[in-house]
Amino acid sequence: MERPERAGAALGAQPRANGCSGAAHGALRNGYVRGLAAPDTQLNHIVHNGGLYKRPFNEAFEETPMLVAVLTYVGYGVLTLFGYLRDFMRQWKIEKCQNATEREEQKDFVPLYQDFENFYNRNLYMRIRDSWNRPICSVPGAKVDMMERVSHDYNWTFTYTGRVIKDIINMGSYNYLGFAQKAGTCQEAAAKVLSQYGAGVCSTRQEMGNLDKHEELEKLVARFLGVESAMAYGMGFATNSMNIPALVGKGCLILSDELNHASLVLGARLSGATIRIFKHNNMQSLEKLLKDAIVHGQPRTRRPWKKILILVEGIYSMEGSIVRLPEVIALKKKYKSYLYLDEAHSIGALGPSGRGVVEYFGLSPEDVDVMMGTFTKSFGAAGGYIGGKKELIDYLRTYSHSAVYATSLSPPVVEQIITSMKCIMGEDGTNVARVQQLAENTRYFRRRLKEMGFIIYGNEDSPVVPLMLYMPAKIGAFGREMLKRNIGVVVVGFPATPIIESRARFCLSAAHTKEMLDTALKEINEVGDLLQLKYSRHRLVPLLDRPFDETTYEETED
Amino acid sequence: MDIKSMKNYLYWLYCQFELITCSYLMEPWEKLLFYSFNITMLVMVLYIAYIFVPVHITMAFQFFLHLFGNQHENTVSIVK
Ligand SMILES: Cc1ncc(COP(=O)(O)O)c(C=O)c1O
Repeated sequence: MERPERAGAALGAQPRANGCSGAAHGALRNGYVRGLAAPDTQLNHIVHNGGLYKRPFNEAFEETPMLVAVLTYVGYGVLTLFGYLRDFMRQWKIEKCQNATEREEQKDFVPLYQDFENFYNRNLYMRIRDSWNRPICSVPGAKVDMMERVSHDYNWTFTYTGRVIKDIINMGSYNYLGFAQKAGTCQEAAAKVLSQYGAGVCSTRQEMGNLDKHEELEKLVARFLGVESAMAYGMGFATNSMNIPALVGKGCLILSDELNHASLVLGARLSGATIRIFKHNNMQSLEKLLKDAIVHGQPRTRRPWKKILILVEGIYSMEGSIVRLPEVIALKKKYKSYLYLDEAHSIGALGPSGRGVVEYFGLSPEDVDVMMGTFTKSFGAAGGYIGGKKELIDYLRTYSHSAVYATSLSPPVVEQIITSMKCIMGEDGTNVARVQQLAENTRYFRRRLKEMGFIIYGNEDSPVVPLMLYMPAKIGAFGREMLKRNIGVVVVGFPATPIIESRARFCLSAAHTKEMLDTALKEINEVGDLLQLKYSRHRLVPLLDRPFDETTYEETED
Repeated sequence: MDIKSMKNYLYWLYCQFELITCSYLMEPWEKLLFYSFNITMLVMVLYIAYIFVPVHITMAFQFFLHLFGNQHENTVSIVK
């Protein structure tokens, strides 16, 4: 842990303002140490990389215990066998077929419902479907009301009983700062703006849909992020999927993290650029790809790439990990590429004053070329933004599809964002320290869960807390048992995660009080004992050593 | 351990078995099928063990007897 610092001091390398030590000292290559996973850090699992990090970066992914993995496969094996049996019975009309099938006249064509995903949906997902898509009927604050529903045909259809399950502790919403409220300053301000402007704008930003509220919002966002200029869009997903094609195109290279959100993946594919994928948060993998890209250039022609764009997220919503931003920035500078940072989950939720992952690491926003984020999570509104240099934003204003064709943000939504952002910045005088509250809740919740012996993934500062369940029956059982105990949780399985790494994902909020968290923890503890979920053997591996069996990258060439 | 906690423990074991084999997620007739299959297999294994294990044990016993103790006698009997 001290080793790199001493080496840096000995070589007299001056760390630059952004915390990146210069690339001059040879011993350390570009200032970061490859896999500092010496035996002594094995248990400690704190990976400090040279002088790049100003704070401890505790991120750990405990290995799946062998026995658990084997039993999980046994479970899937049994379910798969029964799935084949059921498929057989449906085919021979022994059982009523409730799933989608080809029509009579399509029978001799290529089968449509035979791939694994359809098989999984029919025979595995259908058994535990009641844990997903539960309709709620109140504001998704710290507590939420849910509509009770029952299924009389094993989850093929649901009927509502008409009853409402009241006051469920909500551990599932991305309501990090607790701005999803139906009362309070944000709501009042939004209501006022609604009576003043109405809800619809009915035109795009480029035509007549440009209101003073939008300009105000963009100035505020730019100030909040500490960038020159910013632009707001009506939908976070479209911000990614429509702006990446505006930034890169054919002849460009996109380096994308393997766990990036669907919007980034879609944007990258739409752009027509070549896409290469690096292992999750693995800087060796990224550097190798960058090096290869520079050395070999484009395939066949061997011309240099026009642009190289690195796509990363601030907090990964399934793993709870935080991007290794200092290292990414060091690499980006070394190889002169561009960086696109999606702060959908980290904006508002990380950093001492909620300015996201850049502030969390104490870096300068100038080092990130494109700062993207959404207003859907921490701000309790809707929409997305892009921040960066003025030239970049001016360019996007003219060329981005979501600026040209998409209707602009609804004014009450804009007002909700403005008010909540001002509240985070402490400018409206009602600063209730939501960011600190969230950080405290996160630390407390993660620490308690670890103590109980659950396997928890991710960074210790990340408000997304995945708790590993592994076995398919436990996904359903956990969701049901928790709901019985009046706690709403999100469970995640294939295809959102690798097939054996099913998990429950808690999202903490500043709106959770200590009592709520204690209640939730008590119940989680109980259910954990009941379902035998306390797998942890307290043997942690740092992310760098995590085995991945996927290929390093795949190439999309046309 | 009294009867009640024993019963609880057995029930808990049964729950764990259900969770691991995913019979927790099955419809009743599937459960019936699964359990009858399992029980048949178990009974067969036990029955086979009951039939064959004693035979094997006697054979192994004789083999070791042959190896260590009664070798002389046996060779003698063959020679004779
Ligand atoms: C990383 C990331 N980017 C973009 C989005 C899309 O944002 P929105 O829900 O505002 O469309 C999400 C939403 O889940 C996300 O997690």
